[in-house]
Amino acid sequence: MTEQAKPASSRAKQDEALLAYKGVWVSIELERGHVHPVSWELIGKGRQLADTLGVPLSGILLAPPDAPIQETVADAHAYGADTVYVMADPILAEYRTQPYAKGMVDLIKKYQPEILLIGATTLGRDLASAVATDMETGLTADCTELDIDLSTRSMAATRPTFGGTLLCTIHTLKARPQMATVRPRVMPMPEHQQGRTGETIMAKLEIAEDDIITKVLSFIPDRDQDTAQLAFADYIVAGGRGLGKLENFQLLRDLADVLGAEIGCTRPIVQAGGMTIDHQIGQTGKTIRPKLYIAAGISGAIQHRVGVEGADCIIAINADPNAPIFDFAHYGIVGDALTILPALTDAFRRRLAAGQAGR
Amino acid sequence: MHVIVCIKQVPDSAQIRVHPVTNTIMRQGVPTIINPYDLFALEEALKLKDRFGAKVTVITMGPPMADQALRKALTFGCDDAILLSDRVFAGADTLATSYALASAIAKIGETQPFDLVFCGKQTIDGDTAQVGPGIAKRLGLNQLTYVWKIESLDINAREIVVQRRAEGGVQTLKTALPALITMLEDTNEIRFGTMDDAFRAARTELTLWNAAAAGVTDPSKCGLKGSPTQVKKVFAPPPRAVKATQIKGDSPAANAEHVIDALFSAHPGMQDDLRARTTQNP
Repeated sequence: MTEQAKPASSRAKQDEALLAYKGVWVSIELERGHVHPVSWELIGKGRQLADTLGVPLSGILLAPPDAPIQETVADAHAYGADTVYVMADPILAEYRTQPYAKGMVDLIKKYQPEILLIGATTLGRDLASAVATDMETGLTADCTELDIDLSTRSMAATRPTFGGTLLCTIHTLKARPQMATVRPRVMPMPEHQQGRTGETIMAKLEIAEDDIITKVLSFIPDRDQDTAQLAFADYIVAGGRGLGKLENFQLLRDLADVLGAEIGCTRPIVQAGGMTIDHQIGQTGKTIRPKLYIAAGISGAIQHRVGVEGADCIIAINADPNAPIFDFAHYGIVGDALTILPALTDAFRRRLAAGQAGR
Repeated sequence: MHVIVCIKQVPDSAQIRVHPVTNTIMRQGVPTIINPYDLFALEEALKLKDRFGAKVTVITMGPPMADQALRKALTFGCDDAILLSDRVFAGADTLATSYALASAIAKIGETQPFDLVFCGKQTIDGDTAQVGPGIAKRLGLNQLTYVWKIESLDINAREIVVQRRAEGGVQTLKTALPALITMLEDTNEIRFGTMDDAFRAARTELTLWNAAAAGVTDPSKCGLKGSPTQVKKVFAPPPRAVKATQIKGDSPAANAEHVIDALFSAHPGMQDDLRARTTQNP
């Protein structure tokens, strides 16, 4: 009997320690003067979670002092944050794991939030992993749904797994904060409520430049690169074997030019020497998450499907009405891509021309 | 120079099926492969073997059958292979996995100090990208994620310069060894090993470590027990209610107009978004 009593009491003690963690936090990613939109999407979702739990919602902002901090804090309040914790230090000018993780961990230890949400960006995923390991807490990656399970007062974080074949719902019951990174553009943008205000708490970053081993030598923005950036592109057009001869890929390039889109292809096209491997989309190539994906002459085998399912909208053009791509595309055009692509290029060019009545 | 590469044996996700009634993964008969993202880490390590004569040790945690992945890695030209296998590791989430791997890597380092640890960007079954940074944090290695190029490596000065994918661009970072690199996809292409490597792979005795041999000091931090996250539910995504909306115009031009109408009405901001992009970058 006494053997049983012991773990029970230590569990009670653990629960008590967990209960000290209160409130929902959202990391606000401010880089090069711009807030990543996923931060506001998370303020929106975080507001719902905080209201369900009956706790405040806070933003945390790590940035250099010359960044637009005041505007960002005002925006965070307007989108729904009650409090914003700000750490401003020149060390934070360029993202590096060590100082950002140190700043965030120090804030967590001092103020003890029960939930911490971070955008599943390259920065967010790098940072979240370091912070969660330091806190020895649970981190659920790349979530697409968040909810509160009131019976355990825990966050139910749902994420795709096995390349989107399955979804799983994950809880962190015995550690705090409960952490999640969340996919951009999954949660809706909250309303920007003019005049909504809140509290700002300044904190100091307790690390000196001399203690940071990693140095940033340069940063080259994407627009100055000439290699394909498919994994990060918002608009992508791609072609497969259905386009026939490799010369026909010019039709794809014409459409891409009009949309300012990146170009991709399937594995057979790379194997045939039509494009370099950095253009390949699918299981053995890039996983893409654009706002719009136009697939021409692509049948949509499972290897391709797992790479493109994260697209907000898929338009498929294929001559075969039974092609599997029509099972997961949003819009399908059955027909010859060689005639439809030029028609699409023309139509988009006209609609996007300046002066054309928009909405 | 000594580099350690962490790999994972995963089910080939292209062949995964979900049981229609129980909603569980049907693993039976699904072939396993080396996580495709890990191949870029392996190749980058082998390039250091070419250039500097680095010794390449490959390590994985998994069931006994994960030895297949290690043997495959040896055929590419890796020198040593270590399999971490123990019942206490079963059911590990990323935090418990990084604990076990970090313990084993520290153990390797006791007799064979290392300069770099490589991981793939993420796995295709978990997609978390968390284990690499977890190992870095635990071992105090300088963390370099999403690396697409090693620009320079000075083993005497103990310095490495890499280009990595950052938000909206490419960052060039300089840091000190030992460091942990997670390699971005499409940065290289895994070699076919030589015949010698193939023969050696077949003959090589893999090192098999259980938790104790791997230097795990706290088994309660391993496996299901040491995992703060708990999977409550696994389910198949609801099938799309309808298949693709078929656009049926009587000409290519009509099809184009109809699909753009549908697109812009379902995604109201898109027309302005596209306009802003194309005027910015004519």
